[in-house]
Formats: sequence, structure tokens, C-alpha cells
Amino acid sequence: MTNQLVMYEEELQQINTVCDQLQRDSNAQAVLVIDKNGQPIATAGDVESLDVTSLSSLTAGNVAATGGIASLLAEKEFAGQFHEGEKTNVHISIVGSRVILVVLFDQRSSLGLVRLRVKRASVELTRILDDLVRKSQSASAPSILAEITDDDIENLFND
Amino acid sequence: MSFINYAQREINCKIVYYGPGLCGKTTNLQYIYNKTNPEAKGKMISLATETERTLFFDFLPLSLGEIRGFRTRFHLYTVPGQVFYDASRKLILKGVDGVVFVADSQIERMEANIESFENLRDNLQEQGYSLDKIPYVVQYNKRDLPNAAPTTELEEVCNPKRVVSFEAVATKGVGVFDTLKAVAKLVLTELKRGG
Repeated sequence: MTNQLVMYEEELQQINTVCDQLQRDSNAQAVLVIDKNGQPIATAGDVESLDVTSLSSLTAGNVAATGGIASLLAEKEFAGQFHEGEKTNVHISIVGSRVILVVLFDQRSSLGLVRLRVKRASVELTRILDDLVRKSQSASAPSILAEITDDDIENLFND
Repeated sequence: MSFINYAQREINCKIVYYGPGLCGKTTNLQYIYNKTNPEAKGKMISLATETERTLFFDFLPLSLGEIRGFRTRFHLYTVPGQVFYDASRKLILKGVDGVVFVADSQIERMEANIESFENLRDNLQEQGYSLDKIPYVVQYNKRDLPNAAPTTELEEVCNPKRVVSFEAVATKGVGVFDTLKAVAKLVLTELKRGG
């Protein structure tokens, strides 16, 4: 499973720190980091009222569709998207070709400020993700998968 | 592509329901949604046309319990079955961990089943997967209809590898959870082997 995404405590904390800072520095309502397949990874800010699972899946679908359009137009990818609402605006960008960074913001912020702060956060996130890939590929990384037995799987379905 | 989250102790997997138009992919998800406890499921999302045909995908997040202290979460997706939505189907297959091929048992839909199965194979290949390796099961839906073809005939065209298959009537829930459990089990077994 070379394609598998793995997240450890240490890297998740680092990602959370970057998200928290991005949310504060850009005066955003909320920040989300989502894997390209729609799995939420980290959040910051006011996410209590959000359906993060649904938002993640739809955003990943949106990014995938936009990527499909890009390849039809012989573009590598459209790195960013912006949706303007009456109250809430959404800035979506792809970081390190691996994850999606979503910033929700209102009139207390501006697209220019968000873009500026996203740029800096993206650099940090890319570094953390690179470390994460190296770590998960190294032999010393722990693996829950190796510990799972056939009985464990069987028991999950004995209801 | 599964997502193993050690920080939050979660194993996340993606399962895609594939098959020809109107074979009952969305109906499978709707039944699962209706019969699952609220604490084990998220919101079901359907991106559909005004006539309730799937336009992009349906999405249903499910939690199936814990293994060794890790919560197993499955994201179920359907593809749009209509032939001209092929670009969307390719996108939805990205990162897939397991597939349910839903065949329409009606004899008139035999050609559509064959076409969709071949389309699944081609699209998986395009994403770097292979039906020889990816966990998948087959479901013969609409078994209650009078024009349903014999399952032996369906096996010939939709299940050349003779993987696990189920007879179903998705509108009534027959075979729906059996199919889901079988594919989830295969996905976890494959993960274990790969891990």
C-alpha cells in the first residue's frame, strides 16, 4: 500500500499549530486541512457549527472535478479556488500536491490577506507533509495494521 | 487510499459502489443510511439532477466499530451510472480501497452490465489499480423482478473471477448489509496484508 496516508501525533500537532496560526493571522472563521480523497485531517477556529465530514468530502470532490477540468485544458492543476458568498467566503488551495487547505472567512478578513497567509502556511505544511511521508515509509514507523488478526476483523462484524 | 490516523486512532477507508445506470447503487446507500444508528453515521449527501439521477456522487460516512482501539470509518461513495458521466466516475475511483459492483439482474440490462463492468476495469487501470488486486464484491440487484436473469448467467458476464457475490433487492434491503460487510472485511484484510 504505497499510496496510504498515515498521520502521527507529532505531525498532527504541528499541522494543528499551523492551522491555528493561519486562522488567527488571517482573521478567518475556520481553517480545514483535508486529504485529497476527502478525509478531514485537521481543523482550527469555529468548526462547531460545521459538518466537517460532509464539507471535506464535497471539497475533495470539487477539487477533483476542477483537476479534471485542468487536465482537459492541458493544465497541470488549478492550484487555488475562491467562492464568494453573501456572508462566508471560501478559499481552497492544494498544498504539496497532497492535501487541500480550506479557509472560511467573512467581512472581518479579505481575500488578499487570506492569500498572503495561506502562502506562508503552505510552505510550512509542505515541509510537515514531506516529513510525514518519509516517516511513514521508514521501517521504524509503528503499524497497527501488522497487529490486526483475522479474528479482529471477524469480530467487528459479529453483531 | 486508506488513511491511518494514529493521532486520532482511526482507520479510514473508501468504498465505491459501481454499476450501470439505475442498477440501485444509490438505493443501497439509502437503505444503509436509513437502517444505521445515528451515532454510527454522518449525513448522506447526494449530488443529483432534478430527476434524482446521480450527477456526481452520493456520499455516506459510516463507523463500523473498533479494532484494537482504532475506530474503523468507511466512506461509501456511488458513481453516476449513466454512460456519459465517465469523467466523473474516474475521479470518484481515485483513492478507492474497495469496490461493490452492482449489477442489474433484468435480462434487458445485461449489455449495460457488461459495458459498466468493462468500464470499471478500464477506469481502475487508468488510476493504476487492477481488478486482480483491489478488493471487490458483486451484487446482483433486483432479484424480485419477473424479468431477472438466472444468477448463473449473470455470473458469466459480471463475475469472471468468481469473487464473492450476493443476490439483492436493495429497495427492501435484501442483501444490502451482507454486501457491505463482505467488502469491508475484504478491505480490512487487504490493509492488514499490505501493512
